[in-house]
Amino acid sequence: MLTAIIAMVVLAGLFGLLLGYAAVRFRIEGDPIVDQIDALLPQTQCGQCGYAGCRPYAEAIAHGEADINRCPPGGETGIIALADLLGRDPVPLDEEVGEAQEVKLVAVIEEKDCIGCTLCLQACPVDAILGAAKQMHTVIRDECTGCKLCVPPCPVECIRMVPLEPDLSHWKWPAPDDSRGNANPASPTASEVA
Amino acid sequence: MTEYALILASTILVNNFVLVKFLGLCPFMGVSRKLETATGMGLATTFVLTLSSVCSYLAYEYLLIPLGLEYLQTITFILVIAVVVQFTEMVMHKTSPVLYQVLGIYLPLITTNCAVLGVALLNTQEQHDFIQSALYGFGAAVGFSLVLVLFAAVRERVAVADVPEAFQGNAIALITAGLMSMAFMGFSGLVAG
Repeated sequence: MLTAIIAMVVLAGLFGLLLGYAAVRFRIEGDPIVDQIDALLPQTQCGQCGYAGCRPYAEAIAHGEADINRCPPGGETGIIALADLLGRDPVPLDEEVGEAQEVKLVAVIEEKDCIGCTLCLQACPVDAILGAAKQMHTVIRDECTGCKLCVPPCPVECIRMVPLEPDLSHWKWPAPDDSRGNANPASPTASEVA
Repeated sequence: MTEYALILASTILVNNFVLVKFLGLCPFMGVSRKLETATGMGLATTFVLTLSSVCSYLAYEYLLIPLGLEYLQTITFILVIAVVVQFTEMVMHKTSPVLYQVLGIYLPLITTNCAVLGVALLNTQEQHDFIQSALYGFGAAVGFSLVLVLFAAVRERVAVADVPEAFQGNAIALITAGLMSMAFMGFSGLVAG
């Protein structure tokens, strides 16, 4: 009995060491291009591209299964950045997935109409809507990515998308934009600001 | 030499693991929807099955028998198979990304393929030596791949056929497998193995 236990423990220990050694010796970094593409995507996880989130879309681009023009939240800036990274020509946003947002939008709930059904909570990919059953809901403005996924589920149509005007608390210095030769730093678009 | 040829013929056709011994049925039903995946699974299984068959033989012969622990063979073989699969996956990922792309997702699945354990156990039961074990594992894997690919090809046709509602999906797949099994029964008597 004791022999059996010792034999199994030794065997398991040896295999464990072998696998541990192999894990270090044969370590492999994930596909770096996927990480780079993923970093350029807006991480709204909105699924408007037809994939489950930004990471699967990045993988699809890396494997050549998807074109780079399927990300509405990324807009033109995103497409140009992706085109730069992959050495392709920029293409206009795929009409199938929606229109480009020139202005960053946020969802606003008309609070007097909200019936507290929680349907929009389930739709929100970034948990930017706060609320509970039969309680009034509200949108956390800073968390909202403007993906519009909460609009269709609302049974009383109390969610509106409003443009997010940069104000003092939101304004950020525009990033230096060298991806477009004709960029005009004097008038950055709102999507670049926010 | 004849003996080795007999082992191969016997495992591939006469005592086919899937259709005659009914081992490894879950990957047989699971990954046979497309010819492509079936081929990938077949290749990965061939590789792992041969290797694990040899490793199990070594573990049994040089560890369990000297210690008089033959009754621990099942758990030992499971351990060996799991390690072989994991190790193969890591090495393959590092050394051959192309092969890993083809076989990648099927490798971990093989750990739970009962044909792999079945081969290891049958090797000890039939008291095969080293080369016989390797051939037995290889033959079993080739037989598995063969029927998997054949079955996938049949299923691709069946998928577009007008199947009565009650038989759609897995039902018709199982019936097809049964018919294939009957066809393979015809090989028995080909060799006395």
